[in-house]
Amino acid sequence: MVRLPYLTALTTLFSYGLLFAFGQMRDFFRKILDLWKSKNLQGYAPICLGLEDFYTRRLYLRIQDCFNRPIAGAPDAWIDVVERYSKDSNKTLHRTSKINKCINLGSYNYLGFAAADEYCTPRVIESLKQYSPSTCSARVDGGTTKLHAELEEVVARFVGKPAAILFGMGYATNSAIIPALIGKGGLIISDSLNHNSIVNGARGSGATVRVFQHNSAAHLEEVLREQIAEGQPRTHRPWKKIIVIIEGIYSMEGELCKLPEIIAVCKKYKAYTYLDEAHSIGAIGKSGRGVCELLGVDTADMDIMMGTFTKSFGSCGGYIAASKEIIQHLKNTCPAHFYATSMSPPAAQQVISAIKVVLGEDGSNRGAQKLAQIRDNSNFFRSELHKMGFEVLGDNDSPVMPIMLYNPAKIPAFSRECLRRNLAVVTVAFPATPLLLARARICISASHTREDMIKALEVISKVGDLVGIKYFPVEPQKHLTDKIQKKLE
Amino acid sequence: MASSAMLVTTAALDWVSAAFDAPLARAVVFGIHIDGHLVVELLLIAVILFQLSRKSYKPPKKPLTEKEIDDLCEEWVPEPLCPPISEEKQFHTPTLESAAAPHTIVDGKEVVNFASANYLGLIGHEKIIDSCIGSLEKYGVGSCGPRAFYGTIDVHLDCEKKIANFLGTPDSILYSYGISTIFSVIPAFCKKGDIIVADEGVHWGIQNGLYLSRSTVVYFKHNDMASLESTLEKLTRGNKRAEKLRRYIVVEAVYQNSGQVAPLDEIIRLKEKYRFRVILDENHSFGVLGNSGRGLAEYYGVPIEKIDIITAGMGNALATDGGFCTGSVRVVDHQRLSSSGYVFSASLPPYLATAAISAVDYLEENPSILATLKNNIALLRKGLSDVVGLEVSSSPQSPIVFLKLKKSRGSQDKDLQVLEKIVSRALHEDSVFLVTSKRSTLDKCRLPVGIRIFVSAGHSESDILKAVDSLKRVAALELE
Repeated sequence: MVRLPYLTALTTLFSYGLLFAFGQMRDFFRKILDLWKSKNLQGYAPICLGLEDFYTRRLYLRIQDCFNRPIAGAPDAWIDVVERYSKDSNKTLHRTSKINKCINLGSYNYLGFAAADEYCTPRVIESLKQYSPSTCSARVDGGTTKLHAELEEVVARFVGKPAAILFGMGYATNSAIIPALIGKGGLIISDSLNHNSIVNGARGSGATVRVFQHNSAAHLEEVLREQIAEGQPRTHRPWKKIIVIIEGIYSMEGELCKLPEIIAVCKKYKAYTYLDEAHSIGAIGKSGRGVCELLGVDTADMDIMMGTFTKSFGSCGGYIAASKEIIQHLKNTCPAHFYATSMSPPAAQQVISAIKVVLGEDGSNRGAQKLAQIRDNSNFFRSELHKMGFEVLGDNDSPVMPIMLYNPAKIPAFSRECLRRNLAVVTVAFPATPLLLARARICISASHTREDMIKALEVISKVGDLVGIKYFPVEPQKHLTDKIQKKLE
Repeated sequence: MASSAMLVTTAALDWVSAAFDAPLARAVVFGIHIDGHLVVELLLIAVILFQLSRKSYKPPKKPLTEKEIDDLCEEWVPEPLCPPISEEKQFHTPTLESAAAPHTIVDGKEVVNFASANYLGLIGHEKIIDSCIGSLEKYGVGSCGPRAFYGTIDVHLDCEKKIANFLGTPDSILYSYGISTIFSVIPAFCKKGDIIVADEGVHWGIQNGLYLSRSTVVYFKHNDMASLESTLEKLTRGNKRAEKLRRYIVVEAVYQNSGQVAPLDEIIRLKEKYRFRVILDENHSFGVLGNSGRGLAEYYGVPIEKIDIITAGMGNALATDGGFCTGSVRVVDHQRLSSSGYVFSASLPPYLATAAISAVDYLEENPSILATLKNNIALLRKGLSDVVGLEVSSSPQSPIVFLKLKKSRGSQDKDLQVLEKIVSRALHEDSVFLVTSKRSTLDKCRLPVGIRIFVSAGHSESDILKAVDSLKRVAALELE
């Protein structure tokens, strides 16, 4: 839960109000100046009318250098950030050839497979030579290779379901699968903080969409009861089917979903469940099998489990794991299977090798080491940040840690100061988060060593003091001095 | 009994008549003679007003009790998540055991491959594989983040600049998957209330983009310019409001569902006349059409600035994965913040971007492979011009040679069954790998199905003649 101090809320609203007023004033002057210059649109309506891109032009462009930073190497524990400069106050940015070596707290590299790996990379290069970078064909035509068949089997075994189907992109997986499962006359109930790909897939399916409060099984039960009793809107016929969509780890909050309670509610009301494990597969759980293993839920209770390979396995693509009938049905109807180019074979080989390392099938115990490392790293980092007085969200064991910033001016301040001290962090603002709740999001990796993390913590603490985001100081000094005094007495 | 009732009634009547005969009853108020009947009328008016002022009768609303909701939830039975699988819908997909080059190994046998859109023959090319190996060793496989959060690698920026230079546009933007390019671009520009005119034969990616954009979509007959003109005329005639809305025409350069090529000069003429913007999907024409492979605009000699938005997938001629979109600076910049497939998705793996750069380099240095491709297409079309029961229905320059049945069997499913039989016999008996144009149930396109032959510059003459002979033989056996 986010604790927002009143004073901070007031100052944040005031800052946004000031920025808005300034933006409007500049727009007004721009309009006057444009009356003198000729318009060259010639009867076409402009691409963005009026206030549609106000946020982009007046607020985002000021801090554009904090986003889209190019890198010049692999996104490993240390990263090479390319320096950029701007001659027209951030409207356009140009690359230089200077490179800044920074500690990488921004990439999704949970198990450390991002850079060249000793087991995976030789096998990937071999598969590249054998199968070449692309198959130029859809899965259903000539794009299924032996690697794809092997990967589907390995993924199904890893996740704990009978069968799986692959796609070349995680975003397209959600957008193309949800329309194939449910259509008009069905109901989708999704968590309020679900990812944009799920929202797009739900919209594209034509079913009715309802939202339940984030992670609240009680509200989900309320919504289910109300909807089943009322039926479809306006005709009041019973729903054809109901699917509840939740995520394993929510990427902007760092929280785990309350899986056992939600599954219990769904079973009681006969709704189907769809779990999106984009951030949690491979990163949590004793053997990396995701949030089901961590919370002790049987995978047979989930109807459909979806995940991506981008985060923990250092590759690209997505998968769906479910029962054999559902997978067969998807292979016969899903448009991404029919029309989209199949997954690149070297990327498939990377996932196969990464899963083998995680399961220990490559003959070493690097997988178990990586899993223990990421768990220790996340817990250590989070507890240290708490001790320093930052407002950190997320549960224990989750490698995603948002630090709350709130004020719009603190976003570029935090980002630029950290970059100056060779620390690469990610700051997120509206529209990915609510307007008042801007944050800096830290993603810990198994390839971060203890020294890296201690250095990072020092930098964050210094910058936190400079920028003023230590909202809840814990005051350990007082207790320590009390203890020492008591001892002396 | 009756007499007492009579007595009461007469007494009441007497009283009433006495009241009416009283001196007050004969008064004259404001010039109106008060008579007995006025009292009755006043009473009636009072009653009417009283009834009108009362609320109409509504049965009381009774919300469902908890027990009733429980009962409803108990008796509701959902449909199964997937319908039972019918036998005819099963497709047997052959498994490749080597790269999808013109000669490949399927299920243990070596076959001639006409199923991959490998138009320039770049699969298995040495230089591209070497550049990929270098990239893999430097950057690893994945990019581990979206473009905004340290997922922008310098090879992405180089690739965008290279493609923009190649096509002659100011800038371009890379997407990480071919099919998601078009269904992210369309909702980024077209919002609720805008007008879109699209061809009825566009592929599923475009259909999904049109649906997600929530704009008004009007379809015109497939590749029929007269139908397009009349649709544009109908939409803009006398419609003053249409001037303020954004209007788009969405077409493909080479249609995946039929192999037709869109006449770009006509479309540009209509677009300028009626003030629409054009979104052109160059999936199967980038790197194929035109003297140097620059696509449909070069083929028709239209300056590239006249087309507002060009999108293409790199999974065809360039033999990598991903897609790009190009246009004016405003068009490209707008997508960097409002295109959902760009903002909310991890970026393209760097080795695929390197492969794209090498592929474009190769195309610039060796424009002669386009001539080889053209010759192959012409040779194949000549050979297939007299096959029994099948006719070539694609345009002469299209790299997808589309064969459809001369006589349809009645429904898409039945046609598809017949074609599948032809194709599987060609594979098993003659080792020629062909595919039919299978449709997903979510696809709204109603064009006829057929056999799609993807011609490549890497095919030799003997490959093409082998395919022609095989098709002639199998079609004669199956369709007679």
